[in-house]
This record gives sequence, structure tokens and C-alpha cells, in this order.
Amino acid sequence: MSNFHRDNIEPRSVVMAVLTTVLISIGGLVEIVPLFTSAGPPPMDGIKPLTALEITGRDIYLREGCYVCHSQMVRPFRSETLRYGPWSRGGEYVYDHPFQLGSRRTGPDLARVGSKYPDSWHFEHMADARQTSDGSIMPKYPWLFEWTIDPAQTQATMLALSRVGVPYTEAQIASAPADMKTQATKIVTGLTAAGYDTTEDKEIVAVIAYLQQLGVNARASIEAEQAKTGGTK
Amino acid sequence: MDQPSPTVPAVYDDAIVKKFAWATMIWGFVGMLVGVIIALELAYWPTNLSIPYITFGRLRPLHTNAVIFAFGGNIVFAGIYYSMQRLMKVRMWNDILSNFHFWGWQAIIVSAALTLPLGLTEGKEYAELIWPIDVAIAVVWVAFAINFFGTIAIRKVAHLYVAIWFYMSFVITIPVLHIVNSLAVPATLTRSYPIYSGMTDALVQWWYGHNAVGFFLTTPFLGLMYYFLPRAAERPVYSYRLSIIHFWGLVFLYIWAGPHHLLYSGLPDWAQTLGMVFSIMLLAPSWGGMLNGLLTLRGAWDRLRTDPVLKFYVVGVSFYGMSTFEGPMMSIRAVNALAHYTSWVVGHVHSGALGWNGMVTFGTLYWLLPRLYKRPLYSTDLATLHFWIATIGIVLYTISMWAGGLNEGLMARAIDDHGQLLYPMWKDIITRLQPFYWVRFGGGLLFLSGVVLMLFNAAMTAFGPTTQSAPGAAPAK
Ligand code: HEM
Ligand code: HEM
Repeated sequence: MSNFHRDNIEPRSVVMAVLTTVLISIGGLVEIVPLFTSAGPPPMDGIKPLTALEITGRDIYLREGCYVCHSQMVRPFRSETLRYGPWSRGGEYVYDHPFQLGSRRTGPDLARVGSKYPDSWHFEHMADARQTSDGSIMPKYPWLFEWTIDPAQTQATMLALSRVGVPYTEAQIASAPADMKTQATKIVTGLTAAGYDTTEDKEIVAVIAYLQQLGVNARASIEAEQAKTGGTK
Repeated sequence: MDQPSPTVPAVYDDAIVKKFAWATMIWGFVGMLVGVIIALELAYWPTNLSIPYITFGRLRPLHTNAVIFAFGGNIVFAGIYYSMQRLMKVRMWNDILSNFHFWGWQAIIVSAALTLPLGLTEGKEYAELIWPIDVAIAVVWVAFAINFFGTIAIRKVAHLYVAIWFYMSFVITIPVLHIVNSLAVPATLTRSYPIYSGMTDALVQWWYGHNAVGFFLTTPFLGLMYYFLPRAAERPVYSYRLSIIHFWGLVFLYIWAGPHHLLYSGLPDWAQTLGMVFSIMLLAPSWGGMLNGLLTLRGAWDRLRTDPVLKFYVVGVSFYGMSTFEGPMMSIRAVNALAHYTSWVVGHVHSGALGWNGMVTFGTLYWLLPRLYKRPLYSTDLATLHFWIATIGIVLYTISMWAGGLNEGLMARAIDDHGQLLYPMWKDIITRLQPFYWVRFGGGLLFLSGVVLMLFNAAMTAFGPTTQSAPGAAPAK
């Protein structure tokens, strides 16, 4: 075998390069290609694309690199379902570009954090995590309370996402600025009533909108399914 | 042939090697300084001074990109340009391409260092750079590949030496991974969204991510080992047959292992199982490489006492063996259930990154510097000191993260007699981790100090007064 390699492969750089290319291609093709077909996780019922304000919040989540400390994937263990809620199904993520599963839990998982706390909790927590969570090592994010969102940027995001397959309609993209305003007003009204001071155009409002929907539809869908089949968890 | 004597044929382009060597040291310092800063941010969060540009979420990607692609990338390029010219017995095919490669790569690194703190990111781990930089990477890589294969084409030696096979797998595989994983639709000049959705995006990303380990941090470094270790030890490679088997084994098996990053996720079970099985099989060719490296030293072990290059190489190759034993173990579902999401993974990463990539890089640099500058190394004692500081740093880093990770994993899953979580508050876990974070910070600081020593030693070797015969200076070999 050594002789064959020495005499027939090593002197032939092209053979070597082609062989290498073929060998590194096999594994990827076998594993990845089927995911584009029916072998991939089926979309979960009830999963909807994020609203304009929520997707704006998600862009901020990406920008700040929240995924380096927070996962968005609950594993099917009792300890995790107790701590977070129903374990994560592949079909929940169909509108996630990019995916945000994360790989390191310096902070807790966020896949089921939506509607777990009131908006005011997130407002305080992003200003200074120690106010709500004693002993937290999460940074403060004071700039989210000053920097403002730009609906034109959000429309660019939605347009690009629609091109990669997220079903945003032209009408939805056109009405994004108005829709953002409506959703933001709701959040700000609630916050103001609770004694917190902010305005509709602040980044923190978009971040709260994003966080508050995390896992809400998935949980509802999983629970509905379980009610039907009488399953647990 | 490799001796830094006047007989070195003038045809070889060593200026390009010097550039890459300096880039390695400078970016290594920067990348690890950022590592030390983020280590401190975990130990003591107010370190970020509430400045957006230096919060953990933005600096961590800068750290990973800088140490892998700038520190790791530049040493691999330095080693390839040095060794391939000698193995082919020709100068690089095209000097313009060599320099385009060098300056292009540094420009990419600088743009990464500017954009990541600004929060410009694609949000995919190890592939954070925004799409214009992604395009630049592809262009620079093509230039490098043309030069690489051009040099092979004009070679004056019939056979391709084993180091070249490993380099070739790197040159071919990295652009495939990079381009497929980066396919995205731009929204603006600085933002884009991947064409893949959800679990598919996750699988493509970890196919890329694991093979960045395989074909960026492993195969080209094995190429360095196959060239520099036998020269430093003045012994031929232990087994030619073993190098054939483990090369093709690695090339074929690595690609399959990506799903071990997605165990217990929504990825279909068959894909998870494939990832686990192939990861376990990877142990064999990985250890083949380690043994081939260590056994090359047969009969030369006594030289370990005096030669810092060999010291670095032996510890480096041993850590390679350790992390490629640990990796397959962590790919077993039951073990991964405990390790995933915890500092244990961070410990594994750095036993590979500091232990294998770091030590092999330092060994290679100490071997190269006197030969590039045709002067003795300024101080062998300092190099030996660097070796010990770095080794202690790695031990502190990895042990604290393994211990911390076990604590984390066990606490997160602990359930009491009533079936309730024993530690429902996240605070309990964070508090338990604090001392480990401090020890890691100390280990990292030591490792970084070693890099500073090396920078000094390198600068004195290259630019110090010519006539001096420094205390402890090694005779030119
Ligand atoms: C002075 C030396 C270094 C220090 C202090 C350091 C510190 C750190 C810290 C604090 C983290 C974040 C861990 C976490 O999120 O829990 C990290 C992550 C990482 N570092 Fe380093 N690092 C150093 C050197 C290196 C080197 C030389 C490499 C590679 C060649 C490297 C590769 C990585 C990678 C790949 C990660 C991400 C790990 C993961 O996602 O699991 N580091 N480092
Ligand atoms: C046979 C070889 C190896 C196998 C099978 C392997 C396997 C693994 C596994 C199972 C994980 C944990 C995934 C998770 O639970 O999140 C992991 C993480 C990692 N390994 Fe390895 N490993 C190997 C060698 C190496 C080497 C030599 C290095 C570095 C030079 C390395 C760098 C990394 C990095 C950077 C991560 C962190 C990825 C992340 O979560 O961000 N591995 N590896």
C-alpha cells in the first residue's frame, strides 16, 4: 500500500487534490443535503415570522452578541424542562436566519423566556441585571435606552429575509413603520403605567418585543398537541 | 539544506516568511489580550465599564476570530511559505500573489478588529464577519491557492512530502467550508441573512465550525509538525505508512463530525448519530498523528532538556493527543449531556488551542527566527522560561475550566428528592463559577506574558545589536 501511494499518488498532485476534494465532500453531502428535503424537521404548526418590531429587536440581539452567553435550545431532560419549559423541536426554528441556538450557557437558556416576566422586568434587567437577578454577571446595556431604531433598516431586514424564504409580503414590509409604532406604543404604555420612562423609538422597546415572544408560539403549539394526544411534558 | 548558512539558495523568498511570522506574534498578542480581558469580564463583570464596544458579547467573537484566523492563520502561512519552498526546491511561484496574500489577510484582520466591536456581525459563531469581509476572504484565498498550486506545478522534486498533503487539504477545504457556510442575502452593506433556516443553518454552521477545527487548527498544524519536528529532532518521521493512513483517515472522517455540536437538538436523530459515531472513529487517525509525532523523537529525548523548540513541540503534540481523546468522549451523547453548554467545552477548546496550536506555534517560531535572521536566538533561557510559563498557564486554564464545567453541569441537572431542581436559581451556578473564572484569568495572564517574552526575544534576535553574544544564546545550528 505504501508503495502504491508513493508511486501513484504522491508524484501526482492533481490526483491528490481531486481525491482530497472527493473525500471531504462525502460527509457533508450525506448529512446536509437531506435537510433540504422531507428528511429535515417539519415546520411546527403555529410558528409565525416575527413582527417588524420583534425582528428589529432580534437584529439588536445579534449585534450585542447575546448568543455567546445565552442558548435558545432546551434539551429533552427533566432538569431542563423543569427549569425552562417544553424541550425545543427542530420545527420551531424555521424562520430563524441565522439560527441562535448558542453553545455556551453563561446565562440561562432563553428559548422559553417569552411572557415569563412582565415587560418592566426586562426593562430593569437590561438597565442593570443586578436589579432583578441578584449575583448576575450580565453587562449593563444603558445605550439601548438612548439609541433609536430606524424603520428603514427594519424594512431592509424584512426584504432580505423575504428573499431567503421568510414569508413577509410586500404589504407587510410597506406597513412595517406603522406596525412597529403600534406595537411599541402598547409596550411603552404598559411601561409608563408601571412607572418606567421611555419612548417608542428606543432600542430597548424592540428588544423587549423580541424577548417577549421567544418560545410563546412554540409552547402553545406543543401544549395543544399534547392536549390532543394526552402526552406529557 | 535547511541550515541558515550562506549556502541557502538565494532563490527562496524568506521576506514573506518574516512578515507572516511577525504578524503571528503581534496578532497573537492582541487576540490573547482580548482573551484575558473577556476572562476578566467573566470574573468581574464591571470590567466592561458599560462601554458598548468592549462588552463581552462583542469582544468574545473578536477573541475567537483573532486567535484562530490571525494568530493561527499567520503561523500556518509562515510555516507553509518557509517549508514548501524548501520541499519543492523552488521559490514561490509568484511573489506578487504572496504579497497580495499577506497584505490582504492582514487587511481582513484589521477590518474584523474594527467591525466586531462595532457590533457588525452575522451572528454565527466563528463566522461572524460581515459579508464584504467574507467576499474578501474568498478572493485572498483564491490568490493563495493559485500560488500554492503554482508552486507545486513548478516543483523540482517528484514526490509530495507528507507536510504538503496536509497543507493541501487545508488549502482545498477551507474555501469550501467558508463559501458554503457564508451564503447569504445582503440587507445592507453591513448586514446579511443566511440562505439556510433554523436547524439547517445550525448544521451547515457546525459542519463549518467543526471543520474549522479540523482543517484550520488541525491538518495544517500537523503539516507544520511533519516538517519542523523531524528537523528540530534531526530524525526522520517515525512511520511513513502511519502518515498515509492517518492523513486519509482525517480527511475523510472529520467532515462527518459536525453534528456532535447539536446533540439533543432538533436535528434529526440519524444525523446526530452519524456525528457521534464518526467523532469516536476520529480518535484513531488523530492518535496516529500524535504517535507519529512523538515517536519521531525516538533516541532524541535527551535533547528535550536543552532545546526549547522540542519542548514546545512535545507538549504541543501531547495536548493534541489529549484534546483528541477528550473530543470523542464528549461526542458520546451521555457525556455531552453533561458537558454541553458548560465551561468544560471551553476547557477542551483551550487544551487544543493553547496546548496544541499555541505550543506548536511557539516552537515553530523559535525554530524559524534564528534561521530567518541568520543569527542565534537572542536567549534560549528566555525561551525556556516562556515554555514553563505557558505550560503552567495552560494547566491553570484547563483544570479550572474542567472543574468549573463539571460543577456547572452537575448543578444545572441536580434534582432533589421531591423531583424539584436543587439549584433553581442561576445565581447559585454563577457564584460557584467565580473562583474558577479567576484561576482561568490567572492562567491566561501567564500564557499572555509568555507571548510578551517571545516578542522581546524575537525583536532582540532580529534587530538587537549584532556583535553581542547574549548570555545563554544558543549557538547557531
Ligand atoms: C491568553 C490566552 C487566552 C485566554 C485568556 C482566553 C480566554 C477565553 C475566554 C474567557 C473565552 C470565553 C469563554 C466563555 O465564554 O465561557 C474564550 C473562548 C474561546 N477561545 Fe480563548 N483564550 C485564550 C487563548 C486562545 C487561543 C490561543 C485560542 C485559539 C487558538 C482560543 C480560542 C478560543 C475559542 C475557540 C473560544 C470559544 C469557545 C467556545 O465557544 O466554546 N483562545 N477564550
Ligand atoms: C478528534 C478530535 C475532536 C473531537 C471529536 C472533538 C469533539 C468536540 C465536542 C464533542 C465538542 C463539544 C460540543 C458541545 O457540546 O458544544 C467540541 C467543542 C470544541 N472543540 Fe473539539 N474535538 C476534537 C478536537 C479538537 C481540537 C484539536 C480542537 C482545537 C484545536 C478543538 C476545538 C474545539 C472548539 C473550538 C470547540 C467549541 C465549539 C463551540 O461550542 O463553540 N477540538 N469538540
